[in-house]
Amino acid sequence: MMDAIKSVLRRPEAGSVLSLLGVVLFFVLFGGANLGALVGAASWVNFAANLGIVAIPVGLLMIAGELDISIGALIPAGSMTTAILSGYYGLPITVGIAGALAVGAVVGLVNGLLTIRTSVPSLIVTLATLVAMQGVVLSASVLLTGNASVALTAPDWAKFLFGQLIGGSHQVIIVWWVLFAAIMSFVLHKTRYGNWLFAMGGDKVSARNAGIPTDRMTIALFVLSALSATFVGVCQAILFNSAQVSGGMNFIFNAIVSVVMGGVLLTGGFGSVVGIFVGTITFAIVSQGIYFTQIDRNWSNLIIGVMLLLAVLMNQSFRDLALYFRPRRKQGLPREPANP
Amino acid sequence: MNDKPAILELRNVNKSFGPIDVLHDISLRVRVGEVLCLLGDNGAGKSTLIKTLAGVHKPTSGQILMDDEPVTFTGPSDAQGRGIATVHQFGGTFPLMSIGRSFFVGVEPTKGWGPFKIYDRKRANEIAVKAVRDFGITRIDDGDRLVGGLSGGERQSLAIARAVYFGARVLILDEPTAALGVKQASHVLRIVNEAKKRGLAVIFITHQVMHAMAVGDHFAVLIRGAIAADFRRGEKSREEITDLMAGGETMADLEAQVEGYLETHEGHPPSLQVLEGPTAH
Repeated sequence: MMDAIKSVLRRPEAGSVLSLLGVVLFFVLFGGANLGALVGAASWVNFAANLGIVAIPVGLLMIAGELDISIGALIPAGSMTTAILSGYYGLPITVGIAGALAVGAVVGLVNGLLTIRTSVPSLIVTLATLVAMQGVVLSASVLLTGNASVALTAPDWAKFLFGQLIGGSHQVIIVWWVLFAAIMSFVLHKTRYGNWLFAMGGDKVSARNAGIPTDRMTIALFVLSALSATFVGVCQAILFNSAQVSGGMNFIFNAIVSVVMGGVLLTGGFGSVVGIFVGTITFAIVSQGIYFTQIDRNWSNLIIGVMLLLAVLMNQSFRDLALYFRPRRKQGLPREPANP
Repeated sequence: MNDKPAILELRNVNKSFGPIDVLHDISLRVRVGEVLCLLGDNGAGKSTLIKTLAGVHKPTSGQILMDDEPVTFTGPSDAQGRGIATVHQFGGTFPLMSIGRSFFVGVEPTKGWGPFKIYDRKRANEIAVKAVRDFGITRIDDGDRLVGGLSGGERQSLAIARAVYFGARVLILDEPTAALGVKQASHVLRIVNEAKKRGLAVIFITHQVMHAMAVGDHFAVLIRGAIAADFRRGEKSREEITDLMAGGETMADLEAQVEGYLETHEGHPPSLQVLEGPTAH
């Protein structure tokens, strides 16, 4: 029994699962939240799904030792591109979606190329593209439409796929999020590409020497994260029938907090997709679930701050547990000398 | 001893970076089943020499021969492909990865087909654990353990076992014992001997003369980019080697000088200026 508990604790996501349980327990015991109402509520699930689709590639990048904050500008870039192309110019929605994803791919490519070609840290590279893209989106929107907000009417099939409310409350993006998490979890933990990511985050030079195409992997990751961000933008535009140039900036810190709470090591080389998934849920429950308690909404950021700290401390001790773990010798086997 | 075939040979190799000459006229032979100890103080050109051997740098002039055939390495991976493996001081491994995963980084065994090809954890762990146990490190028995939890000596051993498993013929060990305690260092030295027994050529870089003498068959002392001495096991004593490495100043001279000073100066130690005076150079 103890062994089973310990083997769970050694996993990267152990801290995030405990944080989640802690928060729910706290809300139920001290906030007087109704557990059933909290679990059944759509608000935090919708919030988590939008955040989660961005948090997963941000987490993968962090595992590989990079950071992408340009996502903050790419979410509005995605929704504005779709709205301008399909709403303002009346082109088919497929063109709007393809255009938005193309914008994402280009920015991701630029992020990746700048990161591998220069010695500038990816935090600075993506900070630059973040600010630059904000400018591009605002200027392009005003220049083309004369407005900072554009309406969009999507056909039924697009609504069904990207902007539907399941049961009148749950956004369809939740399905996309779960699918994306499942696929990425498989890629990270079951395929060789996942192993390459961990190696890159552990020691990039050794990884390259071992024959891993680190440059191509880095570019692919940046493109993936930019695509995910524009995808979230597309879904929002289709759901709300309009797009604004502002918004998205919150996603940067929210995604990073979710990822770190999920047990990903900020300096790379350690983490799991399940952890990121649970970390995102935890974050969403703290910031949205607080409405189901008697706790004043204004306290939620305090809780998030404290939780982040606790989660990181927990993750650290669990990581040590994993590092210095040695399986107990099976009984009956002669003990080998320490110094053969 | 001398008739063993040479795997890797340098002939009159020079290397300069722009106007700075780093290696002068280096000629060395590394033979099958032999340990060549490369000794030298910091800045003597050891790193440049091993990087040249590992294909990172190209010699400015001179020849590299493998199996008596002249070769030009296009890069580190080319040298690796020909069986030259470098193991760095800290093992070059990934602390937060499992033994099995880090052993097979870049060449992961997979099972399944198409997009569902998955990493074969069980097989990777089995092979990695067996490879390192074959080298006598029996304390490693679970491939799921993280590399960072191993001792420094075990990590070196894992890196060496990995290089051997992937077909290394020449093993370049860059200061493998520098950061280790006495017991851990002896682990690594034992593994160096084991590699030698298996017919590998080992280039062992160190400035710890004791470690070099424990495993070396052949010694080369590097001073300011040139080979100052090239001798075989038993031809020189430890003191002679230490003196050579210190650049020709004999330790005994230095000691005598310090003692003489102490006697004439009522037990006060000499300042650095006095020691570096005309007699020392």
